[in-house]
Amino acid sequence: MRAVGLTTLRGYRRMAVTSRLVIGASALLLLILASAAVSLSLGPVSIPASHVASIVLSSLGFDAAGFGHTERLVIEQIRLPRILVGAVVGIALGVAGATMQGLFRNPMADPGIIGVSAGGALGAVVAIATGMAGLFLLALPAFAFIGAMAASFLVYGIAAVGGRFSMATLLLAGVAVNAFLGAIVSAIIILLSDNEALREILFWLAGGLDSRSWEHVRISAPLILGGAAVILLMARDLNLLMLGDDEARSMGVRVGMARILLLAAAALVTGTAVAVSGTIAFVGLVTPHILRLLIGPDHRVLIPMSALGGAVFVTVADTVARTIIQPAEFRVGILTAFVGAPFFILLLIRNKRQVYSL
Amino acid sequence: MSSDKLQALSAEGLSYSVGAQTLLDNVRLHAEQGQFVGLIGPNGAGKSTLLRALSGMLVHQHGAVLLEGTDLRSMSSRDVAAGMALVSQIAPYTHGFTSFELVLMGRYPHLGRFQIEGSKDNSIARDSMRQTDTERFADRTLDTLSGGERQRVFVSRALAQQPRILLLDEPTSNLDVFHQLKVLDLVRELVDEGLTAVAAIHDLQMSARYCDRLVLLSEGRVLAEGTPEEVLTPGAIESAFGVRSAVYPDPVTGTLAISLIGPADAHASPASDNGAPAPVEKAPVAAHGVEA
Repeated sequence: MRAVGLTTLRGYRRMAVTSRLVIGASALLLLILASAAVSLSLGPVSIPASHVASIVLSSLGFDAAGFGHTERLVIEQIRLPRILVGAVVGIALGVAGATMQGLFRNPMADPGIIGVSAGGALGAVVAIATGMAGLFLLALPAFAFIGAMAASFLVYGIAAVGGRFSMATLLLAGVAVNAFLGAIVSAIIILLSDNEALREILFWLAGGLDSRSWEHVRISAPLILGGAAVILLMARDLNLLMLGDDEARSMGVRVGMARILLLAAAALVTGTAVAVSGTIAFVGLVTPHILRLLIGPDHRVLIPMSALGGAVFVTVADTVARTIIQPAEFRVGILTAFVGAPFFILLLIRNKRQVYSL
Repeated sequence: MSSDKLQALSAEGLSYSVGAQTLLDNVRLHAEQGQFVGLIGPNGAGKSTLLRALSGMLVHQHGAVLLEGTDLRSMSSRDVAAGMALVSQIAPYTHGFTSFELVLMGRYPHLGRFQIEGSKDNSIARDSMRQTDTERFADRTLDTLSGGERQRVFVSRALAQQPRILLLDEPTSNLDVFHQLKVLDLVRELVDEGLTAVAAIHDLQMSARYCDRLVLLSEGRVLAEGTPEEVLTPGAIESAFGVRSAVYPDPVTGTLAISLIGPADAHASPASDNGAPAPVEKAPVAAHGVEA
């Protein structure tokens, strides 16, 4: 069984990039559709699958009937936007994780671990605490982006001090930056007298997708899909960067430029994701890691697959989170941490026996 | 040097320093098209740095590198990569890439940004793996290969780049004698077909045997340059390496053989055995074994 699986994977690795993409993406798209369908029907109001299908068809402009008005409202205004925000956030985290793992040549890198998410969260918290978030629609993602960007360049800068880039320093700098940014957030919470803002801020401490609306879809989807597209266009550069700066340079990559663009795009998608969902941990670490074992490290395949894989992960995790202890709701960020943290530890133990660049 | 020959690669006044340390000092190098130029010199002489400078990798270098008469700085990095390939000495990280995937990357500089390698690129990659005797590792990930196997895969990738100029940093350092000869034979063959090669080579006899011209570096400066016979004199070897030697035509291969007698400091004599390197007969015997 295992041997058959390995042979199949080897055959898959030998295929051309386009075939690998089409096959892999179709499989993951099916998974997304299936998990979205299940998620649409589950909840405090249970809606039969046939009704879900009719509602979706009629929303798309087809002539379909056989469902209640409430059911339609629940699906169109509550569950569908929530699922879409979750999927878009999953895309962001999957892509950002794959990008950072490649960019930092480290399978442990992830926006959460190296402090990029914390930067985004701080940005969002500042936007809420100062009341900027209420002033205009894009304030929250803009602040989150600035925070994420600042954190990623700070951590990268620390790791690259003296011209020699160090993986160990990167992870340690991530720990320090995470702690520092967390302390600032705590300080803001303690000093804040505005209860409304306080409640909103607490949202970021455990990422969640509750009461996400179409507005959140409209804010996040263009930014995240745009950032992901930039990264996808640079997937080949990422392949070469993974081999080292000198290698990449001798193969025609403008290393400095490529790295800044990739970091900025990863910070954009991470910041935007944080702005609409808070920090959802470990998705960016786990998704690309598992996919790399299955489909190989070629980023032209890995980036789009991590996007779709992240979407599956968040959709499934959120569905479980909001249905597991009904009528109460669990936060999706808590659930992904429950799954992700043990996985990360497993990774650490396994890596002890492998040669990694740490 | 005749001026009607095409200068494939030339460098004038190359200098490079890190902090107070001068790694390259006013280095001049010319490689004509279809020449195999060897860089020799002791550890830390600047061979690797010179190769990196020649490939345009060092940002803060002084002096000019001309690729077929055009200054590297005025070329796009992709055009440089399409014309010149580098096999570096430090094995890069290769997380999970298979040999074939890595060799295929050699095709990137020849493809448009959004173009995906086609069957022509696949067959070029496969051919270049055949040339270095690595095609049976095609599906294996690089981290499962030995150092020498991996080095040959990287040579394949440089070949897949189909460069007009090939830079190699110690291409034989991890290889057994059989594959040392195979790789250098291959480079020689490609050079005879018109490729220009510049290689840092540790083994003086190998450099004499395969290269048309040698550049002897010491402390970042060119100490001597010319044909192997002109460069590899006992005097030059002593001043660069601090080792006394005898140089004579190898009775078997006909190329230069070098017998290292001992360190040139006053206390050491050929007879003493205080760590003096004296592998006098080793290289010619190995060469003989393969040629037979």
